[in-house]
Amino acid sequence: MIEGFVALYIFMLAAFTGYEVISKVPVILHTPLMSGSNFIHGIVLVGTMVALGHATTPLEQLVGFVAVILAAGNAVGGYVVTERMLEMFKTSRGDK
Amino acid sequence: MGAVMTLINIAYFVAAILFIVGLKQMSSPTTARRGILWAGVGMVLATVVTFAHPEIEGAVNYLLIILGIAIGGGLAWWSGKKVAVTDMPQMIALYNGMGGGAAAGIGAIYLLQADPETASNVVLAIAVLGSLIGSVAFSGSMVAFAKLQGLMDKTVYFPAQQWANLGVFVVTLLLGLSLALSGGDVNGLVLLLFFVLALAFGIMMTLPIGGADMPVVISLYNALTGLAVGFKGFVLDNPALMIAGVVVGAAGTLLTQLMAKAMNRKLSNVLFKQFGGSTGGATEEVAGSLKPIEAPDAGIMMAFANKVIIVPGYGMAVAQAQHKIWELTQLLLDRGVAVKFAIHPVAGRMPGHMNVLLAEAGVPYDLIYDLDEINNEFKTADVAVVIGANDVVNPIARTDPDSPIYGMPILNADQAKNVIVIKRGRGAGFSGIENHLFYADNTRMLYGDGQKAASDLIAAVKELG
Repeated sequence: MIEGFVALYIFMLAAFTGYEVISKVPVILHTPLMSGSNFIHGIVLVGTMVALGHATTPLEQLVGFVAVILAAGNAVGGYVVTERMLEMFKTSRGDK
Repeated sequence: MGAVMTLINIAYFVAAILFIVGLKQMSSPTTARRGILWAGVGMVLATVVTFAHPEIEGAVNYLLIILGIAIGGGLAWWSGKKVAVTDMPQMIALYNGMGGGAAAGIGAIYLLQADPETASNVVLAIAVLGSLIGSVAFSGSMVAFAKLQGLMDKTVYFPAQQWANLGVFVVTLLLGLSLALSGGDVNGLVLLLFFVLALAFGIMMTLPIGGADMPVVISLYNALTGLAVGFKGFVLDNPALMIAGVVVGAAGTLLTQLMAKAMNRKLSNVLFKQFGGSTGGATEEVAGSLKPIEAPDAGIMMAFANKVIIVPGYGMAVAQAQHKIWELTQLLLDRGVAVKFAIHPVAGRMPGHMNVLLAEAGVPYDLIYDLDEINNEFKTADVAVVIGANDVVNPIARTDPDSPIYGMPILNADQAKNVIVIKRGRGAGFSGIENHLFYADNTRMLYGDGQKAASDLIAAVKELG
């Protein structure tokens, strides 16, 4: 476990970063951005891999296996949908 | 720390930077595509190095991991590629829910494995909290998905609903507390009950929330999943999860607030007050009448206008009319008519939903304006075309304090010289409130499917040569 206060600092700084990054986003990008941030928490995949990795009983393996499937769905689906949305902005930029 | 672990940590560090840079770049239309690409590179990097993680043991587990990624990733790839642009909001809800479920799964495994010798109450508490939030985000997102997908139309009310929800929540919290204070000696039955009730609470909390509030709720669950993932990062001692999760949690919270504010709804009201519940009835009397118009007349009106403002809403998305609308816009532009699009912050089912649809149809984004940018221009517009939008142009929001949407900023379409409303039928809007704009003297109703109506308008304008 990362030292208590260091963890707290990480939490605080990450929270401010998230707040600052999004506060400058135009409305036009809100849906892609929600989708993009949805993709980024797909990093939970890494956590599920480690959790399943040290599963020892069949129950733990089952839970871990389902979790990996869900997390992979979050990451891949989030990416594909965001990519498709942002792809549309390319054409409109070309018009100018 | 072994050399492998150092390498993995370096990769996680780089991934965290890529995520933040990616998010940052996604905040501008010109760099947005690069942004998702960088974030994607970060994800692949973090995932690949994790295969070398010293805590992953056993051939079976490796096999299960690869199989799980193949199944989950494959299905998501296929569904994400296939889904229509209109249906993307519910897909975001679905994928988000999956992330929440995954975070809850990590918590379940941690609690199952908790060892009384080494477990600390702080870590147990964080694991419980992350599991609770993840479970609620999972089941809540699934309900949101089902509602938007049309699998479940009804908003469900039953007597003393808030109290029942509160009761379930308190019991869940108490069970969670007992798990957190168990010192690692986890009772399997308590654990099971905790997860069942947490999931049930997510469902119960989302059931009574009306479709109009769905974008806010999906955004909230997105933030919650981020937070749950962040907590799991602390439990697993994994900085990549910590940073990415908490960043999304904070960003999602801000986005949720922005959305709720745009609708003039307090977040607490969205979650705990039934929309429009018992208030209706008293103000249903509307002065004036609905005056229909035929497409050729509407087309002439638009073709000879100086300025036309188009107000799209969810109805346009359902009718898939955005391509026809753009075709019509191009015709009008060629005739020298100034055409602008006015987008209400909550038009559609998500903020920016309309922008995405119009961008898909090829509308340049410099024709698209926010509420604040364009609201003063309606006064000078000859024609305001409302297609598939309803509550966001209802003047009752300005005038009737009893109305559930009172105080919500609206687009001032009623101030245009003429208003053409393209609408499928006479029904009220999503909130079930009668729209006074439709009865105004300067308003004409063009009944019909959005795509058909737009085609008719195109034909009418073309006929003028």
